Amino acid sequence: MTPLQKVQEQFSKDILEARIFSNEETLTIKPSALKAVAEFLKGTPGLEFNFLMDLTAVDYLFYAGGRVQKEWRFEVVYHFFSLKFNHRIRIKVAVDETNPQVDSLSGLWASANWYEREVWDMFGIRFTDHPDLKRILMYEEFQGHPLRKDYPVNKRQPLIGPKI
Amino acid sequence: MLLNVGPSHPAMHGVIRLIMELDGEKIKGVDVEIGYLHRAFEKMCETVTYTQCFPYTDRLNYVSPLINNVGFALCVEKLLGLDIPDRAKYIRVIMSEISRVTDHLTCIGATAMELGALSVFLYMMKAREYLYELIEEITGARLTISYVRIGGVKADLTAGFAQRAEGKIALVRKTLVEVDELLTRNRIFFDRMKDVGRISGEDAISYGITGPFLRSTGIAYDVRKASPYLIYDRLAFEVPVGTSGDNLDRYFVRMAEMEQSLRMIEQCFKQIPDGPISGSLLGCVIPAAQMVDAAKMGQTQELIEDEVVTDPTLQGSTRKYHDAVNAIDKEVVLPAKEDTYGNIEGLMNHFKLVMYGHGIKPPIGEAYFPVEGANGELGFYIVSDGRDQPWRVRVHPPCFPIMAALPKCLVGSVMADLIPTFGSVNMIAGELDR
Repeated sequence: MTPLQKVQEQFSKDILEARIFSNEETLTIKPSALKAVAEFLKGTPGLEFNFLMDLTAVDYLFYAGGRVQKEWRFEVVYHFFSLKFNHRIRIKVAVDETNPQVDSLSGLWASANWYEREVWDMFGIRFTDHPDLKRILMYEEFQGHPLRKDYPVNKRQPLIGPKI
Repeated sequence: MLLNVGPSHPAMHGVIRLIMELDGEKIKGVDVEIGYLHRAFEKMCETVTYTQCFPYTDRLNYVSPLINNVGFALCVEKLLGLDIPDRAKYIRVIMSEISRVTDHLTCIGATAMELGALSVFLYMMKAREYLYELIEEITGARLTISYVRIGGVKADLTAGFAQRAEGKIALVRKTLVEVDELLTRNRIFFDRMKDVGRISGEDAISYGITGPFLRSTGIAYDVRKASPYLIYDRLAFEVPVGTSGDNLDRYFVRMAEMEQSLRMIEQCFKQIPDGPISGSLLGCVIPAAQMVDAAKMGQTQELIEDEVVTDPTLQGSTRKYHDAVNAIDKEVVLPAKEDTYGNIEGLMNHFKLVMYGHGIKPPIGEAYFPVEGANGELGFYIVSDGRDQPWRVRVHPPCFPIMAALPKCLVGSVMADLIPTFGSVNMIAGELDR
């Protein structure tokens, strides 16, 4: 039984999509189930995903010119890795455009702390219960969230710094 | 007392700001502020075609740019479901391992220099220079190499490269012995590295740390062993591990890894399948302009066997070398230069691949591909929407989690320990800030 099937069995009502593409297992889930799924992945014998290898987000505004319809705008993407069994799984959390918010995993993996700050910085997705959610790559005065698809690539920012 | 170190500080290589909370000399807390070298890599990749991303990836880890190139190409190839010729795989491995050695040389050299061992730094730079010469010979550049292509590499190895590389490897080995004699049993170096910047295996895993940093804690995770890509499963190598996860162990792991990388390069030269046989040209060699002129007049029949002399930047992309190091897939790989210059089919093929909206178009989907970078797992996550431009390119930079864990390594030690610890984590601002 693959990790994907195990999660599917346990959380059948929270799963929006399940896909295997180029040998990678992907599950899209509802935001409300994230914490439970993460705890299940980390704590279940036989899964034991001890690494949160990567955490990022994707903005699907105007994706594929409208050929692929998504009901949600953002997906927060988690890449888990298990050192013991050497397997990987990708969990995607569907997030709406209005009030984008996901539970923080920084209590389970220390690596989530900085990654979540980066996602907040780049996409403007909030993480509830994050200990210190502030910008990481950009500066505090930066306006907008640059990796959103409606942020123009050549947009200028107001000058900051001491007034002369 | 609050003390500000960086973003530009003589003892720190790379731009990063550490706000240290000190009590006397003891470090009570560290706030790491990054982002000073942010170049919007991920946003820029969304605005260009897949092939045009390569120059951006060069600048991620600028001490071992070839590994970034390889990682990006492998991820796109995974999306495409494309397999490349064996010779190209070997070339990618050889170049990656050379890069790994240059990266470790720089890291150890810089750490030693900051502890006062300037001669070690100079020895290491000398050894790195030997390897840069090899890289320059193949790719034409030292740093901004943009050498790998989707479906292969830009150019084949030059004639006699293996012999020259073996000579340089011997010189690098000699340098490593010298450095080992200078550092390993050096009281000053030993005392400043031992039990400093310590991190436990559980903490390292929780922070998502990989690479030499994780292996120094005793956990033998290496992407090349755990999920071998390219031809790493055909090479014999060991994964060196430490025991205590301190700076000294990181130094030992890096030193041992360099030897393993050199071993791998030597094995590659023994195993690599033959490339083009030199001196068996069928037609005559003519300049590119002459071929284009002849083709314009419609005299394409006479050109079929001819080889063209190209501009130095295109060296190695002529027919003689092209098929040995590139996948045979006209939808992905540019044709050999003789075809582009000499017949309409090749010219159209070339245009179709470089024109906006017509280039390499992976199917709708997503892929994550991890490779072993010099600092740890370097992963590319690419989302394709079926166009010739990536919808999203995400790079998992190996030093990002390491920098997140830096306060963990530093709190409780003294101010002077910052320098060796910061040196041994090998922060590369280019990949940290992207």
